[in-house]
Amino acid sequence: MAQTRSNAFNNIIAQFNEPWKRYIAFAVIIALLLMAPISLGPYATVILTNALLYVVLALGLNVAVGYAGLLDLGYAAFFAVGAYTVGILTNTFGLNFWLTLPIAVGAAAVAGIIIGTPTLQLRSDYLAIVTLGFGEIVRFSARNLDITGGASGISGIEQPWLFGWHINTPFEFYYVFLLLAIIAVVVSVRLQHSRLGRAWLYVRHDEDAAEAMGIDTVRIKLAAYVIGAIFGSVAGVFFAVNLGAISPESFSFQQSVLILMAVILGGMGKIPGVILGAFIVVLAPELLRDLGEYRLLLFAVGLLLVMLFRPNGIWSVKGK
Amino acid sequence: MGTPLLELRGINLGFAGNTVLDNVDFTVGRGVIASLIGPNGAGKTSLFNCITGFYRPQSGSIKVDGHELMNLKPHKVTQAGIARTFQNVRLFQQMSVLENVMSGSHCHSKAGSIEAILGLPGQRREEAMIRAHAIECLEFVDIAEEVDRDATNLAYGHQRRVEIARALATRPKLLLLDEPAAGLNAGEKQGLLDLIGRIRDELDISVLLIEHDTGMVMKISEHINVLDHGIMIAEGAPKEIQANPKVIEAYLGQDDGENLL
Ligand SMILES: Nc1ncnc2c1ncn2[C@@H]1O[C@H](COP(=O)(O)OP(=O)(O)OP(=O)(O)O)[C@@H](O)[C@H]1O
Ligand SMILES: [Mg+2]
Repeated sequence: MAQTRSNAFNNIIAQFNEPWKRYIAFAVIIALLLMAPISLGPYATVILTNALLYVVLALGLNVAVGYAGLLDLGYAAFFAVGAYTVGILTNTFGLNFWLTLPIAVGAAAVAGIIIGTPTLQLRSDYLAIVTLGFGEIVRFSARNLDITGGASGISGIEQPWLFGWHINTPFEFYYVFLLLAIIAVVVSVRLQHSRLGRAWLYVRHDEDAAEAMGIDTVRIKLAAYVIGAIFGSVAGVFFAVNLGAISPESFSFQQSVLILMAVILGGMGKIPGVILGAFIVVLAPELLRDLGEYRLLLFAVGLLLVMLFRPNGIWSVKGK
Repeated sequence: MGTPLLELRGINLGFAGNTVLDNVDFTVGRGVIASLIGPNGAGKTSLFNCITGFYRPQSGSIKVDGHELMNLKPHKVTQAGIARTFQNVRLFQQMSVLENVMSGSHCHSKAGSIEAILGLPGQRREEAMIRAHAIECLEFVDIAEEVDRDATNLAYGHQRRVEIARALATRPKLLLLDEPAAGLNAGEKQGLLDLIGRIRDELDISVLLIEHDTGMVMKISEHINVLDHGIMIAEGAPKEIQANPKVIEAYLGQDDGENLL
């Protein structure tokens, strides 16, 4: 019974293996997302913006976890690096928003290299522990330093101007995040089908065999970790200007777990799966809101069912 | 002739006090097909692992073309011109035959993340070259018709060929094969013999193989080294090895001893 339903679902997914069907599906989804704010109203728009933020975060984490097989338990730290970079540089130092963007990218890359270089030489289990610690250190620093505004964080972050256009309404930010999500998808696809993307798979499937083929596995893993970090940081930058205020609580261990859940739930390494996972972790609690206290329970049961019946994620279909 | 292609001196390897390789000296000449034989557990695979950087010997020296390889990581050894296959075939799962063989071109290409994201012409050209080279290697080992299949779903003999194609794609000077005939039937073994001959003759790659099938070893090798309990007990031409009393003694009581004699 469960088997046949699962097969039916597999058939639906398999439909998207043909390129032209994929393009049509893609076009339909984009069209729907473009019209969503107009038809759904302001509240839904804010929720969907949040979902798109998670798409970017989950796709970024997917580079490390899904492609290269690196378990990162402190991904929210890079999200924080981006958010605090823009918060501090625009508020305290009066820098133009667009100048803070490359600095946030650089800061995430440097942090990724500092954490990754020593750790990725070791067995992969160490990375989980070190990233967990890194996540906590970043949150702890944000909470206790003066420059990050302590526990109350930074508020009054100015929203960006683009050629005289002030991006400041929820609707405008929805489209900013839609654009970011599309860029994240395109970058993910391009990386996946490249020499680097293949190398990540080689390393994930058999590290020794990859080394034997002349692949510097430490370097390849570092590239995945740093690229993931940059995705997270860019998401953090736009998160900060969208809300106008940030506080350490947005970058907790639970945040890292939620993003990781989006990646695993949908299907590690598969872009449609990861997007689906991101929408689920944002929308499911919203849809279940009426259930009050039971919604978390129901969410947890749903997760368990997915783990039981589709252990490789919802979007798990045999193939590329 | 000058320096040999591969030269090992005084290799000592032990694990937690157990000696696996005991002061091993070993050379492979240019343009030869050589074999490394010895009873089970003699340390043959361990010697391969030392050469390719997977094991760190406690002492000794390993030179390829006069360059020291000791303490280099495996990928550096491959880049220095030594490719290998594994005793238990280790293809990349859930990837096609072509993708598996494309891995061998990694160290001869350079496009990174930026090039991939932007999809610049140079990157596209490089991708096409990687693909073309992989297909060439697959044609060489004669399984080009299976490029799109999942590599780990192929028949065992074909998986072995994919593994050889993948090693060839790294453009080595020396190819190390760890029991390439294990699990093959008689016909496939003959095909393997022909392939090894062509690798040396047409691609000008020296071959060193570990093999238990002594009949095959005697047929194809120009030079044989015998390892027993971590000690190199004999080396020479097949005729000399067959007549060597030390070798016969080492193989006594072994199933394959009779084949040797
Ligand atoms: N990583 C390791 N740790 C501990 N002992 C090892 C390790 N690798 C090899 N050995 C030991 O070294 C010895 C030689 O093993 P090796 O695999 O090199 O033999 P072999 O000649 O390849 O044998 P076979 O013909 O069965 O493949 C064995 O006793 C083995 O237990
Ligand atoms: Mg062995």
